[in-house]
Amino acid sequence: MIAEAGHAALWLAAVMALLQFTLGALGLSSRFKNFLPSTAPTAVVQSVLACISFICLIILFVRSDMSVLLVATNSHSDKPMMYKIAGTWGNHEGSMLLWVTILGIGGATVALFERALDIRTKVATLAAQGVIALGFYAFLLFSSNPFTRINPAPANGQGLNPLLQDPGLAFHPPTLYMGYVGMSVAFSFAIGALVTRDVGPAFARAMRPWILGAWIFLTIGITAGSYWAYYELGWGGWWFWDPVENASLMPWLAATALLHSVTVLATRDSLRAWTIMLSVVAFSMSMIGTFLVRSGILTSVHSFAVDPTRGGFILILLALYIGGAMALFALRIGTVREGNRFEAVSREGALVFNNLLLSTILVVVLVGTLYPLALEATTGTKLSVGAPYFNSVAGPMALILMVGMAVGPLLKWRYDKSKAVLERMAVPILLAALATLLIAIFVGPTAILPLVGLVVAAGVAAASIAPLWKRNLRRTPLFTWGMVIAHLGCAVSIAGMAADSAFTKEALVAMQIGQSQKVGPYTVTLKNISEIPGPNWSALDAEMVVQKGDSAPFIMHPQSRTFRDPPMETSESAIATAWNGQLYLVVGIPTDNSGYPIRMWWKPFVTLIWLGGILIALGGLLSLIGRIDRDLFRGFRSFGRKEKLA
Amino acid sequence: MKRVWLWAPFAIFITLIAVFAAGLINPSDRVVASGLVGRAVPQFALPGALDPAAGLSNQSFGDGKPKLLNVFASWCIPCVAEAPALMQLKNQGAEVVGIAVHDRPDALQKFLSENGNPYSAIGDDPQSRTQIAFGSAGVPETFVVDGSGIIRHQHVGIITPDDVPIIMAKLRAVE
Amino acid sequence: MKRILIAILLGMATPMGAFSQTNYNNVQLPDPEQERKAVELMETIRCVVCQGQSITGSNADLAADMRGMIRERIARGEKPEDIRKWLIQNYGEWVSFKPQMGGNSAPLWLLPLLALAGGVYLARSRFKNRRG
Repeated sequence: MIAEAGHAALWLAAVMALLQFTLGALGLSSRFKNFLPSTAPTAVVQSVLACISFICLIILFVRSDMSVLLVATNSHSDKPMMYKIAGTWGNHEGSMLLWVTILGIGGATVALFERALDIRTKVATLAAQGVIALGFYAFLLFSSNPFTRINPAPANGQGLNPLLQDPGLAFHPPTLYMGYVGMSVAFSFAIGALVTRDVGPAFARAMRPWILGAWIFLTIGITAGSYWAYYELGWGGWWFWDPVENASLMPWLAATALLHSVTVLATRDSLRAWTIMLSVVAFSMSMIGTFLVRSGILTSVHSFAVDPTRGGFILILLALYIGGAMALFALRIGTVREGNRFEAVSREGALVFNNLLLSTILVVVLVGTLYPLALEATTGTKLSVGAPYFNSVAGPMALILMVGMAVGPLLKWRYDKSKAVLERMAVPILLAALATLLIAIFVGPTAILPLVGLVVAAGVAAASIAPLWKRNLRRTPLFTWGMVIAHLGCAVSIAGMAADSAFTKEALVAMQIGQSQKVGPYTVTLKNISEIPGPNWSALDAEMVVQKGDSAPFIMHPQSRTFRDPPMETSESAIATAWNGQLYLVVGIPTDNSGYPIRMWWKPFVTLIWLGGILIALGGLLSLIGRIDRDLFRGFRSFGRKEKLA
Repeated sequence: MKRVWLWAPFAIFITLIAVFAAGLINPSDRVVASGLVGRAVPQFALPGALDPAAGLSNQSFGDGKPKLLNVFASWCIPCVAEAPALMQLKNQGAEVVGIAVHDRPDALQKFLSENGNPYSAIGDDPQSRTQIAFGSAGVPETFVVDGSGIIRHQHVGIITPDDVPIIMAKLRAVE
Repeated sequence: MKRILIAILLGMATPMGAFSQTNYNNVQLPDPEQERKAVELMETIRCVVCQGQSITGSNADLAADMRGMIRERIARGEKPEDIRKWLIQNYGEWVSFKPQMGGNSAPLWLLPLLALAGGVYLARSRFKNRRG
């Protein structure tokens, strides 16, 4: 019954999406003006129906209802409850349902809370949302119905990929999807504004919270995904430039650029066409990301649920939405009045510099990810593009961008004097020089990129706090705090990356029980090896005693797990976190009698990478609260004040 | 002129879509092909997997007689499925030599007695060094080597009964 | 799904052979400078079995054997780039994560450069001409 109810709710939601589009599109023509107000309620109803459908699917997974094909193929009755629930979106159909559900909620939020924007632009935005949702409903209903039944029902189900049985799964995909969907709302705003030619500060302010929100979720998603890969894959790496990782990085890069350009549009009414274009690009990157992950046309460490036929459907949606938007852009943007021009040495100038570099880095990632595909399609030659390319091309650009990030916030809007800027930069420059000196004295010769990374991080950290100097901290707006913390987060993250690549100590050894090995400041002894049974796996568990100098020893337990359903081996790394880094231990299954293969890493300050990510997201959050407070509610508040005066 | 440039994003996007479509319609076969096809057998010398004296080396090739070189292992499940086809090839007059990767004599002996032994010689490659030298990315793989010791063809994956005449033809063609 | 199946088959196909001589598949070279060179190369060599990873981050046997082979060759004094060339000769360009400059990988550098140039051109038109 529940499956049928969920299926029915999905159909009804699709009908509502169609209605939302039709009413909106008609309402925009002068003949059917009275349809305008009815668009918003349909968006709300659509989102409620999508939520009902998604909840039905969760219930089916929780109950392990094996008569539903999706549950039978992706769940197992012995699986822990948390992974049963997470299993709902750990597969293609479920994750697409999650997609439309979040999309629906996004549309409903616009419908309910967006008040500053002209009603015609708002309705055009909702109509665009309706079209996007409709495509995904069609996708679900016609080619990936999550509620299909099977007869006879199997007893236990096939289980979930062991690598996906992890708290990370419960968290990672929904976070990225919220980011993707947030970009779709920004995209819809751009379409709405193109349709009504209403591109200006008001539009920028209406769109900004969505970009910020999406950007926060993308940041959290990438940070969490990176940490997940770090401890799950068991090789100490935190970023592999893998196609799936790049697919999540590209929307983030576009969103970051958009976030900065929309500020120029909101504050100075400039970069109109560029901001519209970027919102289209940002959403197209989200869809390309979904396409790359789901179609599996690129080989990846992380792709688990791939299906080329479904990739075709996403590709068609991608072509229709983004192709349509690009065509609309070409047709309409010529009629949108050009915004203001500005001086080179100014806040606007710095933000343009930011956009230029972020866009170029985006092109680097996009080209590097897709070039092997293009080359094989055209010439049949197989080529690999990996970390050496991305690090050597995007790395230096990112560092130049960081320098721009240090200077930018210290510039005034409209016009600034170069000399004054240099004076403001004195302390950060001094700090960077000091960092260089310290590294030269205490560390000695280091690879060039990590060295520059550390130096730039020191300078940027100082410069990012500089906008708070000589300010009354209590009266500093929340979004300024947000910017400061987010920029500081970038410095912290870069410092972590540089420290990891410059100072990591590695020990790969074959150990017998009782043997010891030094890695960094630690001495690690293999004390015992035992077999441990788990709910659906059995593990080779290593008991390792770790001691640093004379301090009290502690015990770590890396494991090598062998899963039964489906059969697979994974390494469970053991990680000990100290204030100044992480000790990372992995045990493997011996292939000969020389001992247990054990990998150890001492990674100084590696945690800063993710701490920086969290700071960036936190900065975004503060900014979001500050912006909502000022952009959306200022109107009401001043209205209330006037009333009081009267 | 400016009007035309406004269509540039659209054009770039369509190119992207074309690349994606090409990737979907004609997906990569994901076969890692050896670069040694058309070149001489690389230098190697392996002791015999069963009888250390009866080994395999690049000297074993180039004696005027074309050979099939089968890279396999007793622990490889697809290799069991391939065994009858190899026997068929041998019975049709092909000379088959083998490289056993990561294997042990007892396990190999058991594998051969259960599945038949089409090999005139088997080299023991305990650490895949020779497999890597041949540009082979897995087991089973089979190389067609002509009489002068030049690798003429690589067959990735198991040889099915349908492949037998094709391989035979390749072998005859280089005689 | 197919990928998972392959992984399972490979996992089941793990040999239990016993070799007595030290092999460097999972053990570092005693000389740190040689080890650094070896790791630097290994990080850019693609595992031919698993496809998505470099051989430094793979549990596959063939990847482990390649690590051992690279370490032995570096220890013998071979240059990393010569080993890369040899591997490319055996497995094609695909095996190296580091595309060589020029040839069919030129667009990797030209396209971003083109984008940057286009961006600079676009941005220039937004600035006021102070002299004008």
